[in-house]
Amino acid sequence: MLHAAYLIIAFPLLGSLLLMTFGRRLGEPVAGWLGTAAITASFVVAVVVFFGVLHAHQTDCIPGLLCQGSPIAPGSLLNDQFVQHLFNWVNVGGFHANVDLLVDPLSITMCLFITGISAMIHLYSIAYMHGEEDFTKFFIYLNLFVTSMLILVLGGNLLLTFIGWEGVGVCSYWLVSYYFQKDSAASAGKKAFIYNRVGDVGFLLAIFILYSQLHTVSYVEIFQRAGHLSPLWATMAVLALVLAASGKSAQIPLFNWLPDAMEGPTPVSALIHAATMVTAGVYLLCRLHGVVNLSSTGQGVICGVGLATAFVAATVATSQSDIKKGLAFSTVSQIGFMVLAVGTKNYEAAIFLMVAHAFFKALLFLGSGSVIHALDGEQEMVRMGGLRKVLPWTFGTFMIGWLAIAGVPPFAGFFAKGSVLDGVFAKSPVLWALALLTALLTAYYMSRLFYLTFTGEERFTAVGPNGEPGIEHPHESPWHMRFPLVVLAILSAAGGAIDLPWVHTWGLDTFLNPVFLTTTPAATNSGSTQLFLAIADAVVAVAGIGLAWVLWRGKAARPELTPAFLKRVWFWDDAYDAVIGRPATALSKAAAIVDDEVIDGAVLGTATLVRRGADQLRKAQDGYVRTYALSIAAGMAAFLIYLVTRVFS
Amino acid sequence: MSVNPSWFLILSALLFSIGAFGLLIRRNVLVMFMCVELMLNAANLSFVTFSRMLGDIGGQATVFFVLVVAAAEVVVGLGLVVAIFRRRHHAVVDDLSSMKG
Repeated sequence: MLHAAYLIIAFPLLGSLLLMTFGRRLGEPVAGWLGTAAITASFVVAVVVFFGVLHAHQTDCIPGLLCQGSPIAPGSLLNDQFVQHLFNWVNVGGFHANVDLLVDPLSITMCLFITGISAMIHLYSIAYMHGEEDFTKFFIYLNLFVTSMLILVLGGNLLLTFIGWEGVGVCSYWLVSYYFQKDSAASAGKKAFIYNRVGDVGFLLAIFILYSQLHTVSYVEIFQRAGHLSPLWATMAVLALVLAASGKSAQIPLFNWLPDAMEGPTPVSALIHAATMVTAGVYLLCRLHGVVNLSSTGQGVICGVGLATAFVAATVATSQSDIKKGLAFSTVSQIGFMVLAVGTKNYEAAIFLMVAHAFFKALLFLGSGSVIHALDGEQEMVRMGGLRKVLPWTFGTFMIGWLAIAGVPPFAGFFAKGSVLDGVFAKSPVLWALALLTALLTAYYMSRLFYLTFTGEERFTAVGPNGEPGIEHPHESPWHMRFPLVVLAILSAAGGAIDLPWVHTWGLDTFLNPVFLTTTPAATNSGSTQLFLAIADAVVAVAGIGLAWVLWRGKAARPELTPAFLKRVWFWDDAYDAVIGRPATALSKAAAIVDDEVIDGAVLGTATLVRRGADQLRKAQDGYVRTYALSIAAGMAAFLIYLVTRVFS
Repeated sequence: MSVNPSWFLILSALLFSIGAFGLLIRRNVLVMFMCVELMLNAANLSFVTFSRMLGDIGGQATVFFVLVVAAAEVVVGLGLVVAIFRRRHHAVVDDLSSMKG
C-alpha cells in the first residue's frame, strides 16, 4: 500500500496539467470539478497509504522499499520511516540528491489534512469563483499549489522539499495577485513573494550548513548523523531554519506579508494562508527535529519568536476592522503557538495544533467567504452585524469554528492549544503565563469578530460610511459552499478526539512518536498539574468570550479599544519603511544619478562622438569620380615626395 | 644608334601626366576612358624601358598582363558607358553622383 505514495503527488499534478491543456475548452464549472476530482483522488490515496503506515509492522520490510531508522519501543502501534525511491536526480561528485519520498507518520499526517481540506476548498471554490473570468486559471494554480505542498511534505531530502517550498511560494504569489488589475492585489503579491524570498535565504543557508557538516541532504541520514554536528554549527543551522520558517510561516520578523495576502480570493486565504502553506515552516522545523534538539540556544530563539509573534499578532487582531485581516492576524498568532511548541521540543503538540488549526481556520475563512459572498464582496465588519438569521448555515458552522479557536472544551482547539500550553508550562511557567495571556486575547478577538459579524443590528441594509449602497437581500450560499462548512465544522468540533490527553496508548501522539522519538514535555507534568492547566485553559477561553461580550455587545465600533498602534500592526511596516525602504530608495536615487550621468554619459558620449565624426567623414564621399581620382593622385604625389626625400636625404 | 633610355622615361612621365590631368578635368566618360588608357600605356612604356635597361624579361612579361587587364577593363567600362547612354542620353560623370555618402 505504501507503493502508492507517489500517486498522492501525481493526481494533483495530472489535474493541473489537464487543466492547463484542456481547461479553456472545459470551462466553468467542469474545470472546477476536474480539479476537485484530482484532489479527492489524492486524498483517497493518502488514506490508503495512511492505513499502510498504520499496519506496517516494524519487522516487515516491504519489498521495493528501504527500511530505515532504528527499531522503536515495544508496545507502539507503528513502524518507522519508509523511503520510496522514484528516480535518481542529482549525482555530482560526492553530492547525491534523489527524488525519494519519505513516508512516515509525520508526512502522512500532513498529507491527510492537506489533501482533505484542499478537496473541500476546491469544492467550495466552484461556487465561490462562479462567474470569474479566469475560472480555469484559478483551478490550475490551486492544483499546482497542492502538488507543490505535497512535494514539500513528502520530499525525502532538503533539496526536494526546497522545490516544493519554492513551488508553494510562487503559487501563493499567483493567487494573492489573482485580481492583478487591482493595484493593491498586485503589490500584495509582490510583498508576499519578496518576504518569502528573504526566508528562502535562510532555507538555503540551512541546506549549505547541513551539507557542509554532514555531507548529506537526506532527512534519514541527517537524523542518523546529527550527532556529528558541533554545537556551534547546530545553532547556526537552527537559526537559518528559523529565518526560513519565519518567512514561510509568517513569524516575526517577516510576518507582515500575510495580512496583505488577504487580497487573494477567500478560498485561497483559507487553503494557502491559513491551513496549509503557512504551516510549512513549522513542518520544516519538526522534520529537522534531530537538529533542533541539539541546540538549546536555537530552541530559546524559536520559543522567543513563536511567543512574540503569537502575542503581537493577537493584540493586532483585536483592532482589525476587515474580517479577513482579523482572521489573518489570528492565523499568524496561532502559528506562533505552533512555533512555540517546537521551541519547547513538543513536536507532537505542534503537529496536533497544526491539524486542528487547519480544520477550524479553514472553516472560519470559508465562513467569512460565505459572508463576503452574501454581501457582494463587503469585508468591513462595520457593514455586517445581525447575519445570524440571514445566513443560518454559515452562522452555525462559524460558531463552532469560533468556539474551537477560542479553546472552549470539548472542541478541537481546547485540546490542541492545551497540549501546547502544557509543554510550555513544563519548560517555564513564565512563558506559560504569557502564552496563557495570548490565549485570552485569542478568545477575546475571535469573540469580537463573531459578535460584530453575526449579532447586533443588521448594519448592511443601511448606506455604508463611504456611501456604499445598502444590501437588501443577502442570500445563503449554495450547497457546494455549505457542504465544506459542515464537514469542517464537524472536524473542528470533534477533531480533538485524534489526541485526547488521557488516552496515552492511542492517538496522534503515539502515532507520531516513532518519528520524534522523544517524550513530550507535557508528560512530565503530574496528573494534578495537568488538571489545573486544563481548567486554566478553559477558564481563560470563557473569560475572553465574556470580556468581548461585555465590551462589544451591540456595538459596531469602539475607537478607544482599537488604537492606531494596534491597527497599524505596532507600526511594523512603518518601521521597515523607515529603516529599509527609505534608505534603500535614497541609495537607489543616488545610484540612479551615477547611472544617468556617469555611465550613460560615457556610453552616449562615445556614440555622439562617433556620429559627429562620421558626419564629417561622409562629406569626403561626394560621389564625383574626379574627387576620388584627385585623392588618388594626391596620395600618389605625397608618396612620391616621401620617396624622393628619402632618397636625397 | 641607340636612344638614351631617359627619353623614354620622360615620354612615359609626360604621357602619364597628360592622362592624369585629362582624367581630372574632363567630364565626358569616353574621354576619361581614353585618359586612363593613356596612363596605362605610359606605365607600360616605363616597364619596357626598365626591362631593356636592366636586361630583365620580367618587365616585358608584366606589360602583357597589363594589356590583358586593360582590354578586360575596357570591355567592362564600355559596357557601363553604353548602359549609361541608354538611360541618360549623355555621359557627363558629374551627373552620376548618386553613390555619395
